[in-house]
Amino acid sequence: MLNITINGAEVKAQEGATILEVAREYGFFIPTLCYLDGHDSYGACRLCIVEVGEGNRRRVVTSCNYPIEEGLSVHTDTKKIIGHRKLLIELILSRAPNSKTLQDLASRYGVEKVRFKNKNDDCILCGLCVRMCNEQMQSKAIGFVGRGKNLKVSTPFAKANEVCRNCGACMYICPMVEVQCRGPQTTGDLCNGCLRVTPTCVDVYDRQMCYVEDCGTCVRPGSQPAGGKSRKQKKS
Amino acid sequence: MKKIHSLAEFSRFQKTWSARKNGDPTVVVSSGTCGHARGSEDVIIAFEKVLSRRGKRPQFDFKVTGCHGFCEVEPIVRIEPRGIFYQRVTPADVEEIISETIGEGKIVDRLLFRDPVTGEKCLHGKDIPFYRKQKLLISGNNMRINPAHIEDYLALGGYTALAKVLKGVKPERLIDEVKKAGLRGRGGGGFFAWKKWESCRNAHGKIKYVICNADEGDPGAYMDRSLLEGNPHSILEGMIIGAYAIGVSEGYIYVRREYPLAIQNVETAIEQARRLGLLGKDILGTGFSFDVKIAIGGGAFVCGESTALMSSIEGKRGEPRAKYVHTVEKGLWNRPSNLNNVETWANVPLIINKGAKWYSRIGTAGSKGTKIFSLVGKIQNTGLVEVPMGITLREIIFDIGGGIPDGKKFKAVQTGGPSGGCLPESLLDLPVDFDRLSEVGSMMGSGGMIVMDETTCMVDIAKYFLNFLLDESCGMCFPCREGLDQLLTIVTAITVGKGKPEDLQLLQEIGGMMKDASLCALGRTAPNPLLSTMRYFQDEYEAHILKKKCPAGVCKALICYEIWKDKCAGCAACAKLCPEKAISGAKNRPHEIDLAKCIKCGICKDTCKYGAIQVI
Repeated sequence: MLNITINGAEVKAQEGATILEVAREYGFFIPTLCYLDGHDSYGACRLCIVEVGEGNRRRVVTSCNYPIEEGLSVHTDTKKIIGHRKLLIELILSRAPNSKTLQDLASRYGVEKVRFKNKNDDCILCGLCVRMCNEQMQSKAIGFVGRGKNLKVSTPFAKANEVCRNCGACMYICPMVEVQCRGPQTTGDLCNGCLRVTPTCVDVYDRQMCYVEDCGTCVRPGSQPAGGKSRKQKKS
Repeated sequence: MKKIHSLAEFSRFQKTWSARKNGDPTVVVSSGTCGHARGSEDVIIAFEKVLSRRGKRPQFDFKVTGCHGFCEVEPIVRIEPRGIFYQRVTPADVEEIISETIGEGKIVDRLLFRDPVTGEKCLHGKDIPFYRKQKLLISGNNMRINPAHIEDYLALGGYTALAKVLKGVKPERLIDEVKKAGLRGRGGGGFFAWKKWESCRNAHGKIKYVICNADEGDPGAYMDRSLLEGNPHSILEGMIIGAYAIGVSEGYIYVRREYPLAIQNVETAIEQARRLGLLGKDILGTGFSFDVKIAIGGGAFVCGESTALMSSIEGKRGEPRAKYVHTVEKGLWNRPSNLNNVETWANVPLIINKGAKWYSRIGTAGSKGTKIFSLVGKIQNTGLVEVPMGITLREIIFDIGGGIPDGKKFKAVQTGGPSGGCLPESLLDLPVDFDRLSEVGSMMGSGGMIVMDETTCMVDIAKYFLNFLLDESCGMCFPCREGLDQLLTIVTAITVGKGKPEDLQLLQEIGGMMKDASLCALGRTAPNPLLSTMRYFQDEYEAHILKKKCPAGVCKALICYEIWKDKCAGCAACAKLCPEKAISGAKNRPHEIDLAKCIKCGICKDTCKYGAIQVI
């Protein structure tokens, strides 16, 4: 077992684990879009960035593929990291503005406006489908084609192929295949509507009672990520 | 040529070549890719025609070599041993060179190089200001070696460093020698070569690799190509020595398909080295085995990044991966791999032959040896220059490069390719080494040096590099792909007069995020050209955004052409050429441009002899 610290808390973890695995095990929230448990970490969405090290040697790394080492100190929610994540969410949102996954992430981080032009492209190129197909389904029917701005997921030569068994695993895992958000459709506006609900517990007990991560109804408008804030308050 | 089975046999064989002297004059024609582009092949055919002719003619030897560095005046013909330097030679000049210079020892005056600054004629190559301040340690042999003949390389002491090493130098001592020499990677990062070698040597694994990175893709940089084309054996020798030091028996040279001549020459070199027993099993009978394969890339810029390059050799998409576990431990096929640049490998035999002490005397405290730069752009003497580290930018651009053509003013120099930055005139006295360049927001990179004059718009340059990088990014990680796309959108808006003051802040913000959060070095350094131009040429950005003007007169949407009445002679030359017939006026009277019709192509300005057409 190795000893590391996450946001000041000393934790123990198995050698060979990544920062993300350890942090999630201990309940620290780190957002991801391209990470899939049990599959190769791809390291493309960069939302899982954290800072490691202290002082001058502190640097930004992706937690999904950084193997822990003895004495490592990890900071999951520094000012720099939150700033970078917000900008990243804004950039991804401009690509797929009506995705509920992204809208919820935006609300969670208090991103209220997108300063970029909408591209209305549904695929965010997280590569989950490709890895699902290659690694879990062992089919290798789809892959990335092109590069840079023209990168896309496709079958070889954009033709239907025999190796595809139509299993649908790619659709199952795709974060964009879901009911689309029906908030304002104009460029730049984010409604944050789903998360602008005053938690019912506040009215009854005069304070917020729980910090359930994915439900979202308990988060006040404009607040910090639920997990992060509660811990920060405790620390101070 | 027979295979050599022992070190003693090699020593005898090498001496027979180095002792060989030829009394006849030698005609040397430079014919790298740059030479080909300027017609060196026709010159070679013309010489060969004369050689094949029977009957009485002056005796001379003939040699075709790689690039001589001074690409501006290719094709170059040198007459050795006198060292006469003829430039811009055409097939029509060949007869005269043979009959006059070789036959009678006279000089063909019109083929000599004239210094554009002083107007002086230069008889010898070494008199030319372009060569005077250079220190040709690595690239100098390009002028003496026919890359298809291993004998030429052996005659200049080739493979003696390898023989010296195989005679019984311990690998640890060898790494120590490279450490003392202070050799740093010439590919861009400037990482110490010995550190990589040592980590790779100590890494666990039976099979390890050494790789030569010849995937040179920076716009305007071609020093690796010139070395591969002109002196492939020096790179092979460096790799064999490196392989011996690290304990490796397999190697790769990753070169892009856009370099056909380089691939051809390296293939020939590998074949010849194998035949002589310098590559393959049991090298020179010492029991050490090492062989090299060529991996040909598809010309993706991102494949110059180490992990993307390895993934490309494996046959996968050229996509980088996180380097939290270094490639010296898990690289190609997850085995320890040591990757160095072409120029780094070419430095190795030199260090072994001349010693670390001698080598470490060249250069600055942190950066040792020489560096080859490709000096291009708005400069008199375009070409490859090899200079000791620590030389100032001013010396490179003005003393060697001859300054800016057409009497224009220097504005900026872009170093380090798309990952580097643009440096202004105030930084011209900066000594060029790895650390100093990164301090001012640029980098050494692989050695591209693009000079810009006052007619270059820095916002436009930033746009160009962003466009290049967006095309060449693998598109995998979000900050690089989406970030570059948005940066380009914003900068394009600025160049067409739709920029907003808050854009500058947003550009900084995205650039800062990309530097921290991108996956590979391409993404992390991608904002450099933009951020450095914003840092040193902020006034130009402000002029574009606030005044909606392009001071350099490049951004079409922000300029208009006007005829100055007092200068216009009414010659109507511009009116004739105007594709939109937007210029009108009576003969010998000042003309006028109809701005509604004008498409701002600039033809009129280029045509006007009187300088009457101005950009406002």
